[in-house]
Amino acid sequence: MEQLPDVTGHFGQFGGRYVPETLMPALLELEEAYTSLKDNAEFQNEFQYYLSEYVGRPNPLYFAERLTDHLNGAKIYLKREDLNHTGAHKINSAIGQILLARWMGKKRIIAETGAGQHGVATATVAAKFDMECEVYMGEEDIERQSLNVFRMQLMGAKVIPVNSGSRTLKDAINACFRDWVTNVRTTYMLLGSVVGAHPYPMIVRDFQSVIGTEARTQILEQTGDLPDCVVACVGGGSNSLGMFYPFFHDESVELIGVEAAGESIISGRHAAPLTAGSVGVFHGAKCYLLQENDGQITPAHSISAGLDYPGVGPEHSYYREIGRAEYVPITDQQAVEGFQLLSETEGIIPALESAHAIAYLRELAPKLGKDKTILVCLSGRGDKDVNTIAKELGISL
Amino acid sequence: MNRIDKTFKELRQSETCAFMPYLCAGDPSPELTPDLLLTLEDSGADLIELGVPFSDPIADGPTVQRASERALTHNISLERILDMVYSIRQKTEIPIALMSYYNPIFSMGESSFCKAAQEAGVDGVIVPDLPPEEGGPLLEVAPKYNICTIFLVAPTSSSNRMELIGSVSTGFIYCVSLTGVTGVRATLSDEITPMITELREHTDKPVGVGFGVSTPEHARQVSKIADGVIVGSAIVNVVEDNMHNKEQLLKSVKQFASELSEGVKSD
Repeated sequence: MEQLPDVTGHFGQFGGRYVPETLMPALLELEEAYTSLKDNAEFQNEFQYYLSEYVGRPNPLYFAERLTDHLNGAKIYLKREDLNHTGAHKINSAIGQILLARWMGKKRIIAETGAGQHGVATATVAAKFDMECEVYMGEEDIERQSLNVFRMQLMGAKVIPVNSGSRTLKDAINACFRDWVTNVRTTYMLLGSVVGAHPYPMIVRDFQSVIGTEARTQILEQTGDLPDCVVACVGGGSNSLGMFYPFFHDESVELIGVEAAGESIISGRHAAPLTAGSVGVFHGAKCYLLQENDGQITPAHSISAGLDYPGVGPEHSYYREIGRAEYVPITDQQAVEGFQLLSETEGIIPALESAHAIAYLRELAPKLGKDKTILVCLSGRGDKDVNTIAKELGISL
Repeated sequence: MNRIDKTFKELRQSETCAFMPYLCAGDPSPELTPDLLLTLEDSGADLIELGVPFSDPIADGPTVQRASERALTHNISLERILDMVYSIRQKTEIPIALMSYYNPIFSMGESSFCKAAQEAGVDGVIVPDLPPEEGGPLLEVAPKYNICTIFLVAPTSSSNRMELIGSVSTGFIYCVSLTGVTGVRATLSDEITPMITELREHTDKPVGVGFGVSTPEHARQVSKIADGVIVGSAIVNVVEDNMHNKEQLLKSVKQFASELSEGVKSD
């Protein structure tokens, strides 16, 4: 069976370790530590304990009956990551990584955040495990996600505004890398997505795979069969990869990643590298990304801060190249409609990121027909986005 | 013989250290880059490290970040920089090493890049986000076009990694003096001496030291143990402080670079 990634940290041509030499020994140390802990029963028991007792796993797989009726097509099942402690899937990997950091003897945690969900998850576990925590966040994101900034501060994290470049997630990651280059001997960089240099894409995927592993068991229990399609939104790609990976070898299951098309693909103001990008090297890995002809990175655009990123994980890049997954674009406008649709039909307010996946169901569910089943990752809850939605709908709160 | 190899050979014979200032191409404007480069040569530079600005420079501190942003507002690109080197090459034989993040090179294609670089008169390339493990495609083509591949060693590098980096580097080895990004520091890193001592056990290739080397006194101290002294951000700061007046700019850069050069060349 093909090993992903290979021993050098590549997924086909993608991935790898394109980082300053200062970080290479740290990445090798991290890989070694993770490899030894991966099969360590004590570590895995500890991880499972916190996932169940602190995060609240397993979370439900919920048959969205009214949404299904409304769309008059395939049966829709929602994997409820929004019900996790802190309200999104990000906590899964944050727990895994902070335990890893603790085993490695690191005392200080740094993280980047876009929407703030990963920042909140990191601040949460840093408080819980008594570690110093600093979170880098673009100034533009700080403005649109002030609630999450306050949540992080309440838990004792220091939020550091990043005012360089496009002042969003990509610049927060740059700042985080610079901190890590400087403090690499004492600091653990707790990355929030399946991006960056090897072994991060593998580590984050493994910790997030609990989503797909649970969902696969649950849907078999509830329907007696595997789903026909698995749908999840893709920014960097952690909730989607966590959902897809356990289905990788189930060839009958179609994997569909939903990217943020922003204003539209044609406008150029989007965050859809798998739909409209090209191969390059960014943030430590070879992957699809948005770039100019001369290799400068193009800032992304999405209404959803968590998808507002010009790159994407190397494993998704690989799935696209080999055709194992399909990637489709959903615009800001469609995402807002998806947000409203789930709120009105199921009484579940989704995160704007997850609303992209919901929005695609309007096309997919009727097309597949009533005898088919769709599994959707509802990656987070939407409380953080109500101000954005109100503004979009022209309502002042 | 490659100009970098020739320069280090001559400097070794005269037992002097190389002064290798950094300049961000296109900062403060593309028109000023040739003048600035020639000014650095006049001030005693032995090699010019010409920075290729990148939108996401993760190994650089605020000074070089700002310089890159200024340069990018002029639509500077790797291709334009190669054109620039070509015209500068008509006026000087000083060795020029490009310092570029990997994506612009990858985007052009390693082979096309090396060919164009040779035609332009570039002598070497330093890629701060390309460790030897990922350097295969570049290492395969660079020698065909007589382009030196200068890899970086850091204070965190193990002995095994120093050996690996020493074996794949040509021209010289770039020693990163500290754990951190580029930028001016008040004091020199105390990791330099042990790092160079260990590195020399693995290679007799020339060793240049950069990151944080900021003053003529720093330059003097580093010149005692290294084959080359690299000064970047401290010079970029002088460029930034004087960028609105060309005459003042060139005069200030010349004065500061001459002081640095004297530091490097002092006994």
